[in-house]
Amino acid sequence: MPINYYIFLSIALFAIGIVGVLTRRNAIIIFMCIELMLNAVNLLLVAFSKMHHLNNAVADVTAGTDGQLFVFFIMVVAAAEVSVGLAIIVMMYRNIHSVDVNFLNRLKH
Amino acid sequence: MSITQILFWFLSVVALFSALMVISSKNPIYSVLWLIVTFFSISGHYILLNAQFLAIVNIIVYAGAIMVLFLFVIMLMNLNKETEPPKNRWLKMAGAVAGGCLLLVLVAALKDTDIKQQHALVNEGNIGLIKNLGKELFTTYVVPFEISSILFLSAMVGAVVIGKKE
Repeated sequence: MPINYYIFLSIALFAIGIVGVLTRRNAIIIFMCIELMLNAVNLLLVAFSKMHHLNNAVADVTAGTDGQLFVFFIMVVAAAEVSVGLAIIVMMYRNIHSVDVNFLNRLKH
Repeated sequence: MSITQILFWFLSVVALFSALMVISSKNPIYSVLWLIVTFFSISGHYILLNAQFLAIVNIIVYAGAIMVLFLFVIMLMNLNKETEPPKNRWLKMAGAVAGGCLLLVLVAALKDTDIKQQHALVNEGNIGLIKNLGKELFTTYVVPFEISSILFLSAMVGAVVIGKKE
């Protein structure tokens, strides 16, 4: 499969995530769009790792393993980020009874 | 057109459509469900690229754990179509134009690069299998692996401290 198909698919998914972050005002949806962008990058990393493997498999049988391990670590970081971020959103909802990010433009109260 | 290509196009269309539905659904619960569909189609892409470990981890961690967490939080706050903040039409348009410009610039920059001749290996290669990945993870990448366990521990403590009622 040509690599540029994967590049364009990932760019499209990433751009959809950007549009979601810019247009939505619900903090949870914004958070979900960030997850979408992380996944677009993960897909591209896996595709590039397989491309690297195809090009260098003769010299090194495990060429391209690093890319897939990076994806694994990105998933680890994303899981930690989600747990802390959702705790922050729950605390925000408890204080201002809304998840609208426009209410957060003043951090005082 | 081989079965691999048909699957690739099908999964791509499903991923893009469900990603669009994530940002256009009024009800946050529908957004979560569409995001799960997106994650499943991305897992399908991983299986197509023979990265089976990542496909399973993606389903278990993302579609399983993280999305359930999102659903729990949304249902805990009782968010639905009525509580959704009203959207400014101009803001929506500006966001779409900005995202479209980013898409346009990236596609235009990468359209004619040399990388176009390269191919990704589909259906073959065993670097994505758990044997190879596990060996690499516990030899070369053992220090980052241990550090990520500390990261998880601190994230857990942080979530409990932040979420606690004072």
